[in-house]
Amino acid sequence: MKEPVHISGLASARPDLPDLLDRVAQGDQQAFSSLYDVVAGPVLGVVRAVVRDPAQSEEVAQEVMVAVWQTAARYRRELGGVMNWVLTLAHRRAVDRVRSAQAATARDHKAALLEQTPAFDEVAEEVDRRLEQEQVRRCLRTLSELQRQSVTLAYYRGLTYREVAELLTVPLGTVKTRMRDGLIRMRDCLGVTA
Amino acid sequence: MITADLHTLTGSYALHALPEDEHAAFERHLDACGACAQEVREFTETAGRLGLAVSVRPPVELKTTVLRRIAFVRQDAPHTPGRPGRAGSRARRAPWSRFALAACLAAAAGLGGVAVWQHQQADDAQQRADMAQRQSQQLADVLAAPDAKATATTLKNGASGTLVVAHSKNQAAFVASGLPHPPAGKVYQLWFNDAGTMRPAGLMDPARTTEAVLLTGQVDQASGMGITLEPTGGSPAPTSAPLALMDFATA
Repeated sequence: MKEPVHISGLASARPDLPDLLDRVAQGDQQAFSSLYDVVAGPVLGVVRAVVRDPAQSEEVAQEVMVAVWQTAARYRRELGGVMNWVLTLAHRRAVDRVRSAQAATARDHKAALLEQTPAFDEVAEEVDRRLEQEQVRRCLRTLSELQRQSVTLAYYRGLTYREVAELLTVPLGTVKTRMRDGLIRMRDCLGVTA
Repeated sequence: MITADLHTLTGSYALHALPEDEHAAFERHLDACGACAQEVREFTETAGRLGLAVSVRPPVELKTTVLRRIAFVRQDAPHTPGRPGRAGSRARRAPWSRFALAACLAAAAGLGGVAVWQHQQADDAQQRADMAQRQSQQLADVLAAPDAKATATTLKNGASGTLVVAHSKNQAAFVASGLPHPPAGKVYQLWFNDAGTMRPAGLMDPARTTEAVLLTGQVDQASGMGITLEPTGGSPAPTSAPLALMDFATA
């Protein structure tokens, strides 16, 4: 059994995060330390899912956390939760890190990418008791196969919709709509309101 | 592309699955499409849940490294006007004009500074903005100090480096350009050369090929600076041969 992982879910830590981030924006390093404790696990998880290489993942996670410190003043409460703001930043950085390399070698990875369900299932073995993950797993199962693959290849592998289309040999337009349809189902299943 | 087509891109956009050109085009569309913006917000939140589901426990050293790094990173100024009681800090943290920075670099580092700036201009806009914001006032002070003196060299890996020392500030800065990305798990570390003993002077950002950094610590008796490749997080003493050893300019 791997180390236990605590849930720092969207709901559980929500009350303090915007205030914490506000203090971070004012240069409060103690507040940053507290914020770090809440978001670093999810950040590293997202980055590792996409980047894979552990050392590079830690570098990217570092960059993300430094960027959180640096750009804290740019956060807008009206545009969503703090965790989500941070995770969006983390995913963007992770995708940027892998994308150029991945495009060059996409063909080599094709078999590997299709062989297994992307990142999610691998990670599931390690942290399968977590509520958040159970919910996401359950909701992913409500998607059609093509919706699920489109969403997970993009999110957990950092592929563009064009790469997904090539990988799954389906038309570009189909992938675009499946990504959207898949997210609509996930949104409704998870009860996301924004 | 017609609007209906663009609208189906909300999903790909929220998943960061749009190629660069389409990403920019879609963002322009977003400005004018309230329904799309709302859907993107919901999808981004949904994607965040996919992220939460793969949360891991980060190694302890990661926090140590991050906390050390932020101490040297200048923060963006708040955009929202009139935060009560924060007038002082707002002025203090006003972001540095990148043109002022360029001027300082050019003045302090001579042509090397100009070259660095031109190199930066070739980078994308976000990087450029980040770059300018990262410069601390201290760094600028060193580069702009009346007694700042520069030494230029070429590193063993082909990068060019300019070492600037300002004895009046007892501080030094290192400006690198064309630095290859360090191998995975490695980082460039800077050292003060105290009569042959290397004293840690901070890390370069592994993601950047062009960077101006303030050396951490005081110059004191150091005669120059070294740069080595070290494991991520840095080392207390060099563990590899220097990529360059540079003496502080004396004249």
